[in-house]
Amino acid sequence: MIVSHHWLKAFVPHALSAEQVGELLSRHCVTLDGLRATRADLAPFVVGLVVERAPHPDSDRLSITKVDDGSGTLLDVVCGAPNVTAGVKYPFIRVGSTMPDGLRIERRKIRGLVSNGMLCSATELRLGFESDGILVLATDAAPGTPLLDVLEAGDVQLDLDVLPNRPDLLCALGVAREVSALTGVPLQMPDELPLPALPPTVRGEREASADGVTIRIEPDGGCRRFVGIVIRGVRIGEAPAWLRTRLESVGSRSISNVVDATNYGALGLARPTHAFDLATLRGATLVVRGARAGERLVTLDGVERALVEGGITVCDAERPVAIAGVFGGAETEVGEHTVDILLEAADWEPRAVRRTRRALGLSTDASYRFERGVDEAFTPEGAARVAGLITALAGGTITAVIEVGRAPAPRADVVLRPARLARLLGQEVARAEIVHRLQSIGCGVRDGEGEALVVTPPSWRHDLGLEVDLVEEVARLRGFDILPDALAPQRPSRAPDDPLVVIGRRVRDACVSAGLLETKAMPFTSHGDATTPRVRNPLAEDEPYLRARILDTLAGRAEYNLARMQGDVRLFEIGHVFGASTGRLPQEALHAGALLLGARRPAHFTEPEPPPFDAWDAKALAASMARAAWPGEAVTFDPVDEGDVLWRVRVGEGDAARDVGHVSHVPLDRPVWAAEAFGVELVLGRVSSDDVAPHGAHAHGVAARDEARRHLQLQVPLTMPAAEFDLALLVPAGVTAAAIEALLRRDGGELLEAVRIFDEYRGDGLPAGTRSLAWRLRFRHPERTLRDKELEGRRAKLVAALTTELGVTLRA
Amino acid sequence: MTLDEFLARAAELERDGLARIADAHDAAALDDARITLLGRKQGALTALMSALPTLPPEARRDAGAASNRVKGALEQALDARLAALRAAAAPSWRPLDPTMPARATWRGALHPVTLVIDEIAAIFRELGFTIALGPEAETEWYNFGALNFPPDHPAMELHDTLYLGDDTLLRTHTSPVQVRALQAIAPPVRILAPGTVYRRDFFDATHAPAFAQVEGMAVDEGISFADLKATLSEFARRFYGRTRRVRFGPSYFPFVEPGAQMDVEVDLGDGKGLRWVEILGCGLMHPRVLEAAGLDSERYTGWAFGMGPARIAMSRHGINDIRLLYDSDVRVLAQFAP
Repeated sequence: MIVSHHWLKAFVPHALSAEQVGELLSRHCVTLDGLRATRADLAPFVVGLVVERAPHPDSDRLSITKVDDGSGTLLDVVCGAPNVTAGVKYPFIRVGSTMPDGLRIERRKIRGLVSNGMLCSATELRLGFESDGILVLATDAAPGTPLLDVLEAGDVQLDLDVLPNRPDLLCALGVAREVSALTGVPLQMPDELPLPALPPTVRGEREASADGVTIRIEPDGGCRRFVGIVIRGVRIGEAPAWLRTRLESVGSRSISNVVDATNYGALGLARPTHAFDLATLRGATLVVRGARAGERLVTLDGVERALVEGGITVCDAERPVAIAGVFGGAETEVGEHTVDILLEAADWEPRAVRRTRRALGLSTDASYRFERGVDEAFTPEGAARVAGLITALAGGTITAVIEVGRAPAPRADVVLRPARLARLLGQEVARAEIVHRLQSIGCGVRDGEGEALVVTPPSWRHDLGLEVDLVEEVARLRGFDILPDALAPQRPSRAPDDPLVVIGRRVRDACVSAGLLETKAMPFTSHGDATTPRVRNPLAEDEPYLRARILDTLAGRAEYNLARMQGDVRLFEIGHVFGASTGRLPQEALHAGALLLGARRPAHFTEPEPPPFDAWDAKALAASMARAAWPGEAVTFDPVDEGDVLWRVRVGEGDAARDVGHVSHVPLDRPVWAAEAFGVELVLGRVSSDDVAPHGAHAHGVAARDEARRHLQLQVPLTMPAAEFDLALLVPAGVTAAAIEALLRRDGGELLEAVRIFDEYRGDGLPAGTRSLAWRLRFRHPERTLRDKELEGRRAKLVAALTTELGVTLRA
Repeated sequence: MTLDEFLARAAELERDGLARIADAHDAAALDDARITLLGRKQGALTALMSALPTLPPEARRDAGAASNRVKGALEQALDARLAALRAAAAPSWRPLDPTMPARATWRGALHPVTLVIDEIAAIFRELGFTIALGPEAETEWYNFGALNFPPDHPAMELHDTLYLGDDTLLRTHTSPVQVRALQAIAPPVRILAPGTVYRRDFFDATHAPAFAQVEGMAVDEGISFADLKATLSEFARRFYGRTRRVRFGPSYFPFVEPGAQMDVEVDLGDGKGLRWVEILGCGLMHPRVLEAAGLDSERYTGWAFGMGPARIAMSRHGINDIRLLYDSDVRVLAQFAP
């Protein structure tokens, strides 16, 4: 929202600079996004003193002058103005600079003499008035002083970040009210905006007529009140310079005296109005009603638009003539031949305008203000002032004022307890100051019961409806910075860390210590089916789905890296994933995903080509991630043959064991030089999106806390020497290492301390379909040294069991 | 054999034996030498000793002493030589060229946004806050309704929303976690809720459709705007440095009243020096939010804030394109390894 410094001053004649006003507003009212001088194009101009003047030898009109521009060298300048005089100062522009019209000043010869720059007239500076010849500067400033320092030229635009709660600030008047409240300088209606003498208002609930003009509101018209003012005998022409400047100062374009007057209403007063050419309104009638399917209208921008059912429209006796609250129609607009005007100032229902505007995809200054809420109590006065401006600029007579509908109900009072205000702000504020602050923004304040104040908010402040709203007003007008900020004692929070956060952090640390890089990526994907949760209005039509696995995202990120010739990719992410919904919302869970691709270690001169990551690395990573997530629980791997999945990861023992994820091969779109990728996906827990309690109710719950503990029973290392033997086994197809290990552990006896595979061999010398597995078994007695002989029986028993139960024999 | 002959043979054995030991250039040769010289069955010393009974009894004492001396000398020489050979055979632990690079392992790293969130969380933990989370797919009620967004109001346009269904969406801010925490447990509650939020913004240098936000909330009896200022100012000083100036100005979020923003005077490292930068939005919790969660807004008051850790990460690390944070280029991520 752009506000002009000059326009503000017309409403509140303060003595502050634009910077000071901006700072004041920023600290107390609305964020200032920036300041911009409208005449930045005058920056190259300086004060130039004509030291000598002589007639040009080859011309009667031209003079040759010597100009002091403060540079220390007198410049030869040829000038055509009749009023150029030695000893006088003028605006001067040097060679190499650019004029407001875009002309670049070059050193050039004029009738044989070189001119180094130019002395300028008011017209050339576009100052909005004319000077007789070049502009005489009555200033004491030294030559070379920037022109903008000595000349009141241009305006400053304040760019304010007006948020939806403060539509009253969407005009010069509204911002001026705040400046008045903050500076104490009284607000005034400027002389440029006269309140004209009006004929008596003709009123009606649904319909009223006067001076041959009828206005009617239909129940579906989305209109609370419609004020129509008939002005007859106007002469359309150009707007005067002051009005053009006003509109241009906020970035609006001048059109004509009448249209500019209505725009003054919209931008200066937040009172949008529309002027119809009365002669073009069939039946001299306006009807406000819901739009019907099939209706069309050419709007002021010359575009034919289809009206949408559910939207609202203004019609004459036969057809739509405007899109209510949004845009006028081209056929009924005011033009150069217009003589009689019907000025519309209506109070549209914000939601009706919003609906209409959205359906049309067309936002205007008017719709923007109506949607956020205009000051409906001000509508008759605002309309009258716009009408007054029209008659002042275009002549004519106001012949009728018609008002259909109802005036807004008076604002409800709000009770403010100063003690409550003190509790909320943490600081007592004197009752007199509270009253004064609220009055300064237009509130009516009177004493209520006990200490309470009864406050009537002003009609333009829709955001003041609760006690706390008034507390905010007092706080911001005084300034938040004067409130105390000492840390106070507090009761401890009843909420422990969310268990999922705690689990996630442990897994995160495990991944980082494994050398993985954490990613955050857009969780959208192109894979999905009818049950996959999807975004209705996705940013990219090819990625409408929400991911079901972190590995979907990581695979995409790995391919991104491969495309950039990065072949060593170790990524992990802990984030939310989504599954088919069982109720209103998708099933949501916190997952940890990790992807391994490329060298297992960085290359070193001792190992120029480290081996690539393989499935065993992924299995190990999964184990350490799972142990971190569920400390103290057994982690096991079930081999599976499901597409790319290699193992399901299970946690817990026996019947309590549960599936928590998988280790898989990750198929990638990869160049030939890239290695295979392997991944881990673990489900850390479900994220509930159920309602905590019914709306407006409390669950009175107890917060869950992470209870996972690993309180192991320490095994004291035994000091007696161990005895070992190896078994080189011939293993038929179909017999797993796990089955062999289970048997060895079952029958190994209580002295068996460790079992491990130290070699696997397949190939020459073995019967087809078999492999050789070499195991080492370590035994230890807690109290004495074991002799090898003692193990011989055990060894024979194990071999016998292996042979009879599994068909595994000793390798010859 | 006479004593002189015996002594001469002993001296010869000692001389030859020492020479042989000195010639042994590896452990096997030395082992051979030990067996040849001192072996119990066929060793040279054993052979010499076997001559002892042939000596006259009066000479045997001197001869025995001589052979013992030779045996001791040879054993000592064998041990010394073995130690020398072992020392020579052991690989040197000192690198030949110590300027060669170290053997590296892959170094893992947290994401820069996580690092910022961790730092924020650590400070709020010191101030008595714990960490909460909530779902990213939400109902309109938790995302807007309970947070006092008027239905069909322009305030909704502050949030360009990705919808899943008629009244379900991807949360546009972490504030729904406030409502869930308020509803779940009776005050006092102080939580920090970092999480991913979604906006219908095209992925460009300054916008990401999914990005991180950190929400904070404190609710109890007797909490005031002064508590908000005290806590957030303290946070800012711990996060940015003791000497940083902090100020609060007006702002608007439907779920707080009064609404404010906190600016901190920071140096963004762009050579422009200290300047005021908006760090977070905050305010006292709107009574309607407390009531939506079934709490008595006369009894309980609270405050809340929200901030964007990605923006902080960007200004901190000189990142001018937000996509660098989310593209996951390993050359970017690896720079954040400790």
